[in-house]
Amino acid sequence: MEASGLPDFSDRRSRMLGVGGRRGLALSTASTVIVLAALVALFLAAPGSAAVRHTFFNPTDMWRAFVGNPRQGYYSVGEALWLNIRMFLIAEVLILILALVVAVIRQSTGPVLLPLRIVSTIYVDVCRGVPLILLIFAIGFGAPALELRVISYQSAAVYGVAALVISYSAYVSEVYRAGLNSVHRSQVAAARSLGLSEWTSLRHVILPQAIRNIIPPLLNDFISLQKDTALVGVLGSIEANKAAELFSDTTFNYSSYVVAAILFLLLTIPLARFTDHLIARDRARRLAGAVQ
Amino acid sequence: MPGADASGAAVGGSAAGGSAGGGGRGLGGGGAEALRIEGLWKAFGANQVLRGIDLSVAAHEVICLIGASGSGKSTLLRCVNLLEGIEAGTIWLDGQVISGPGVNQNLVRRHIGIVFQSFNLFPHMTVERNVTLAPTKVLGLSRAEAAEQARVLLDRFGLAEKRSDYPDRLSGGQQQRVAIVRALAMRPRLMLLDEVTSALDPELVAEVLDVIRELASGGMTMLIATHEMGFARDIASRVCFLEDGQIVEQAPPARLFSEPSDERTRRFLRRIVDAGRM
Repeated sequence: MEASGLPDFSDRRSRMLGVGGRRGLALSTASTVIVLAALVALFLAAPGSAAVRHTFFNPTDMWRAFVGNPRQGYYSVGEALWLNIRMFLIAEVLILILALVVAVIRQSTGPVLLPLRIVSTIYVDVCRGVPLILLIFAIGFGAPALELRVISYQSAAVYGVAALVISYSAYVSEVYRAGLNSVHRSQVAAARSLGLSEWTSLRHVILPQAIRNIIPPLLNDFISLQKDTALVGVLGSIEANKAAELFSDTTFNYSSYVVAAILFLLLTIPLARFTDHLIARDRARRLAGAVQ
Repeated sequence: MPGADASGAAVGGSAAGGSAGGGGRGLGGGGAEALRIEGLWKAFGANQVLRGIDLSVAAHEVICLIGASGSGKSTLLRCVNLLEGIEAGTIWLDGQVISGPGVNQNLVRRHIGIVFQSFNLFPHMTVERNVTLAPTKVLGLSRAEAAEQARVLLDRFGLAEKRSDYPDRLSGGQQQRVAIVRALAMRPRLMLLDEVTSALDPELVAEVLDVIRELASGGMTMLIATHEMGFARDIASRVCFLEDGQIVEQAPPARLFSEPSDERTRRFLRRIVDAGRM
């Protein structure tokens, strides 16, 4: 091999998978450690390093922020996160439903549905274009001011969820629409030619394929949604970010924000891994030709 | 009409229209008229694809449509299945009008199976579910009944052990056979085959043609668009040559292939022979 000067790719490949594989692993581990060590060294060498470590990464303050102490004027960031989780879960379900309805209406062709198509197009244009925080303010302060019977007497978290649902459904409906368009028209022809109605074709043939195609972008939007529940704090709900803010207001220490950041990471990273797992499982299942 | 059963009566149009069929037009079968097309015009924008198609198909007849790509064969089949709207003309199925407004397209399509060049199986469903979906959702069969029917059909076409596979695990020939079974599971009165072997590797063509032969010998009424001239000669009770959206000539295969009467047919067949396709 060396004599010809040209590498023998088949041999090289087998070595990479065998002995070379272990060597590759060692190399990648070493390079990762070196890069991380360099970053940490850079951070420690910065002139303000000690001050930053004290105000942002103080273990004692991080623990105090995590458990909270209402008598001293701040709440547990960990407990407050539970509100984020609940807001996320409720908003997610509502978004999946509302966005699908909007997407199907926008994709419809019947002349009867034209008014609905116009309304949903305007809705998507407006709600994608307005910053989420403005929408939260508008609903959070606007709905109570209307003095309507039920609508005006909800908690800040409810208004926050409403704003999240309205804003995200506009985005997610476009993801759905991309998914619907990704299914080839011949699939519609095949379904309709068997006598399936438009609705049955959509439900059993088009949507399952569309949704499979959009799981990654959909989950990506939901990771974004998990973080954006933090914005509802501007209405006064004690969610994780607001709790962290209260802690720093009383103690002049920002470690609470780092706690909130870590907690959000603990939420979002599993969701990302779960997405990958779903995709891999679906792929494996179809390639293996297993029974449903 | 013998062909009009109880469910057919619901297709639409007037049952009396059946008497318009029959008559001397049936060149081939001589049985009851299964399909009748009169004055069918179809355009895609400025492109006039079909220009006044008249065709009558008797029950159990096998009609092969031949002609160059773009002559309108596929469009004609898609119009019969109501997948395309038409500009003018009337289509009857078993004596009942199925074209035009006021027709329940879903009801019509139950009775007309179509198989496409590109198979169009549902990739997210197993072979069995591909076959049972429409019978359960449209005909109201139970899952068990539909599965039993699918098993019988798949077994008949040598696909029994592929039942639980997903389409991307099958060869092109197997996929196309599944597509045929999927259409048959609706117990259609008429099958439309749209160049069903054109997307297949040469060595897989035979297995699909064998299936079609078996259907023909079982008495299935079929309208087949094909480029396989040898196959058309074998199987067709009548061959129609299309050019520029018109049926130029129609005759039993023995006559059309050996002594075509129209100059355009002769020119087309000469090109086919020159290309070594016949």
